[in-house]
Amino acid sequence: MTPITPYHYLVLSAALFAIGLVGVMVRRNIIIILMSIELMLNAVNINLAAFSYQWHNAAGQVFAIFIVAVAAAEAAVGLGIILAFFRNKETVNIDDMNILKF
Amino acid sequence: MLESIVFYTLAAFIIGFGVLVVTTKNPVHCVLFLVANFLCVAMIYVLLAAEFLAIIQILVYAGGIVVLYLFVVMLVNLRRPLDAQIDARRQTRLGFVLAALLLAEISAIVMYSAMHPSTAVPFAPQGASGGNTETVGMLLYTDYLIPFEVASMLLLVAMVGAIVLARREA
Repeated sequence: MTPITPYHYLVLSAALFAIGLVGVMVRRNIIIILMSIELMLNAVNINLAAFSYQWHNAAGQVFAIFIVAVAAAEAAVGLGIILAFFRNKETVNIDDMNILKF
Repeated sequence: MLESIVFYTLAAFIIGFGVLVVTTKNPVHCVLFLVANFLCVAMIYVLLAAEFLAIIQILVYAGGIVVLYLFVVMLVNLRRPLDAQIDARRQTRLGFVLAALLLAEISAIVMYSAMHPSTAVPFAPQGASGGNTETVGMLLYTDYLIPFEVASMLLLVAMVGAIVLARREA
C-alpha cells in the first residue's frame, strides 16, 4: 500500500466538493442547498489543512479557521432569510423563489 | 500502513455521508448525516496534525451550525414533502455534467502535479516548540491580527442581521 501523500487528500477534497456541487444544482429544497454549500466549504478546509501539513506552516490552519467563521455567519444569515421567506410564502422550494425575476 | 487504513476508512465515510446528505429525502436525516460527515472531517484534521482545527470543527460545525440547521428544519416543517421529486429537467443533467467536468479538471491538475513534483519551494522552518494550538494562536494574534478582528466584526454583524431577519415584524 502506498503511503498517504497530499495528493490523496486533494482527491478526497475534490470528490467532496463535486458532491456538494451536485447537491446545489440538483436539489430543490433551499435548506439542503445550504447544507451542500457547507460540504463544499469543508472540502476547501481539507485542502488548506493538507497543504498546511505538507509545508509545516500553520497559516493554512489559520485560514481554515477564518473559513469556519465565515461559514457560521453565512449559515446564520441564510437561515434567517429562509425563515423570513417561509413566513411570507409558505415554501422552501427554490423554484418558487422567483419574485425578483423580471 | 496504519495511516493508510485510517485515511481510506475516513475517506469512504466522508464520501458516503456526503452522498447521503445530497440524496436523502427527509431534511432531518440530511442534517444527521451532515453531523456524521463533519465528525469524519474532524478526524481527517487530526490525521493532518491540525488538532485545534479539529476541535473548532466539532464545536462550531457539529455543535453550532448543525443545531441551527436542525432548528430551521423543525420550524419549517412542511406538510407535504414537496422536494421529494428530483425533477427530470435540464438543470439536473446540467448539475451532473458540471460536477463531472469539475472533478475531471481537478483530477487532471492533481495528476499533472503528481507527475511533476515541484522541488523549488523549500520547507518552511518548523515552528517554535509547543503544540499545534500554540502555533496557531501565535499566528492568529501576530500576523493575522487584523483579519481576526475583522472576522469578529463579521460575526457580530451576522448575529444582528440574523436576529433582524428572523424577527416577526412588531
